[in-house]
Amino acid sequence: MSVLVDQNTRVLFQGFTGREASFHAQASIDYGTTVIGGVTPGKGGMMHLSLPVFNTVADAVKQTGANASVIFVPPPYAADAIMEAVDAGVPLVVCITEGIPTEDMVQVREFMKGKPARLIGPNCPGIISPGKCKIGIMPAPIHRQGYVGVVSRSGTLTYEAVGQLTKLGIGQSTCIGIGGDPIIGTTFLDAIQLFNEDPDTHAMVMIGEIGGNAEETAAAYIKARVKKPVVGFIAGQTAPPGRRMGHAGAIISGGSGKAEDKMKAMKDAGITVCATPAEIGEKVKSRL
Amino acid sequence: MKIHEYQAKAILAKYGVPVPRGEVAFTVDEAEAAAKKIGGSVVVKAQIHAGGRGKGGGVKVAKDASEAAEIAKKMLGMRLVTHQTGPEGRIVQRLLVEETLPIARELYLGIVLDRAVGKPVFMASAAGGMEIEEVAAKSPELILKEPLEPGYGLAAFQARSMAFGMGVESESAGAAVASMIGLAKAYDAMDASLAEINPFIVCDDGKVYALDAKITLDDNALYRHKDLLELRDLNEEDPLEVEASRFSLNYIKLDGDIACMVNGAGLAMATMDIVKYAGGSPANFLDVGGGANAEQIKNAFRILLSDAGVKAVLINIFGGILRCDVLATGVVNAARELNVKAPIVVRMEGTNVEKGQEILKKSGFNFTVADGMRDAADKVVSAARGVKA
Repeated sequence: MSVLVDQNTRVLFQGFTGREASFHAQASIDYGTTVIGGVTPGKGGMMHLSLPVFNTVADAVKQTGANASVIFVPPPYAADAIMEAVDAGVPLVVCITEGIPTEDMVQVREFMKGKPARLIGPNCPGIISPGKCKIGIMPAPIHRQGYVGVVSRSGTLTYEAVGQLTKLGIGQSTCIGIGGDPIIGTTFLDAIQLFNEDPDTHAMVMIGEIGGNAEETAAAYIKARVKKPVVGFIAGQTAPPGRRMGHAGAIISGGSGKAEDKMKAMKDAGITVCATPAEIGEKVKSRL
Repeated sequence: MKIHEYQAKAILAKYGVPVPRGEVAFTVDEAEAAAKKIGGSVVVKAQIHAGGRGKGGGVKVAKDASEAAEIAKKMLGMRLVTHQTGPEGRIVQRLLVEETLPIARELYLGIVLDRAVGKPVFMASAAGGMEIEEVAAKSPELILKEPLEPGYGLAAFQARSMAFGMGVESESAGAAVASMIGLAKAYDAMDASLAEINPFIVCDDGKVYALDAKITLDDNALYRHKDLLELRDLNEEDPLEVEASRFSLNYIKLDGDIACMVNGAGLAMATMDIVKYAGGSPANFLDVGGGANAEQIKNAFRILLSDAGVKAVLINIFGGILRCDVLATGVVNAARELNVKAPIVVRMEGTNVEKGQEILKKSGFNFTVADGMRDAADKVVSAARGVKA
């Protein structure tokens, strides 16, 4: 099994006809993902990649039964795209877009309150259940179907960890990139809970970075509830305070968000914390 | 993006926050003229994008205009070092000349994003004049908090609760509440990520003022604030960082000797970490992004190498959207055009990695190819020390 996405996931692309979306939609199709088409306002009725284009998400859902959406819309319009998908009743919305204003995400979060949809991202690589469904921009060949759940705030660092696992012959149940922004939909805690409840996820990898305290919150849950082995890493141990390290969420402000505090909380929770990203694969192997 | 104190105060004044009478000065003459106009004693404040200016000698009181001119002469062009500037400090190029005020109490007002609840939070504290982080660590009970509800901002009752909670006297409470609401409106209207008035003062006569102000804007929202873009002061930014931003490269200069070029912010941070772990010291953070092309790689290379302290270069790319052959072509072209002398260690993984390695091998340049991040870090640290890897 896997979490959130599998062979029954029917994916809709928002911003479908754009260059990036087209490239990644084709890659998803090639991977065997069921892509049902996409939305580009004003281009409804056209065909793109031999799939139908719709003007609105509501139309697309009504006509295709899409149950997941992935957003490749530019930052000024991305928050609106998320709300459109949520409003149309799409249960899983994955937002790849980087650079959405924080204020827009404050509104999105408010809008989503009480609605059943789950958001992954924004500013994330997406989600993949190897061998079943790929939604996002991650390179497919580095993955392998298996039993380790991976959750991470960073894109390429996730690939790094997954690449190491696959080289060691260790497959993944689902890999979730939760995104590098200060306000995100699915958190570490959400992902860890899902993996914990999934009988086919036997171990987890949690890759955090400086900024905020989501890693500490997840660590507290792991300490109380999780019996499966968890391996962790925190990026930004040497980052200078007060500087935004690429990701909008990666900033040590005042005394909070430090790598050492996160690593300590994770160790206290029984998580195997890697000193460097080079040992993530080996540490997982040793805990299986 | 950060803005100067005088710019922040001008904005706050528009939102009804009282600020001391003052003027910005770029020259000694302007500073003297401003002091004359204000009359009496004035305070001369160096305008740099960093806190802790007072301790570093960047805030001085003058009894009259001629003394203000003397101070301005010393301050303009001086290298001001504070705990926030790093040892290299900042050259002072602008001054704010302001009236002095009889301070009775110093309070703190500030707004930041509370990530846990996904909303901005207003913080107020009776312990003004100190850094809020220090207050939070030593006496967190002194910090009062109210969430800003999306679409509503700070309600008057929330502001009153904090004003009375800080012990503001009734005669000043109305003005304090108006200032707090004004600060919240400014934060919202500007798409700020931080807005702070510290100290917010109550004077002997009960009047209130923003004595200092700090506003940081959300870079992601600047596209809808063209007017605020004019407030950017390039002198406050590292020239290499400014250059990098022109090519959409995410570069932060650090003080080590190993230049790093990486795709993805998380991997870039982790690369810095592992270089340090291997005993080296990174010269920079550089994220070339997911969709970099050969031209961007070349520019990234040029920027990395214009840092005179660089002794070796580490390229760590996990190719996803950015294919390894594109990267390798960019690196080879850059090495050729820029006549690179520093040793270069390359670690590539992912899409088209074999093609990429082939291009590097055939280039004739002496690239060291590494297998995995640990190997790459060890090799580049040896190279920086002048040891053949």
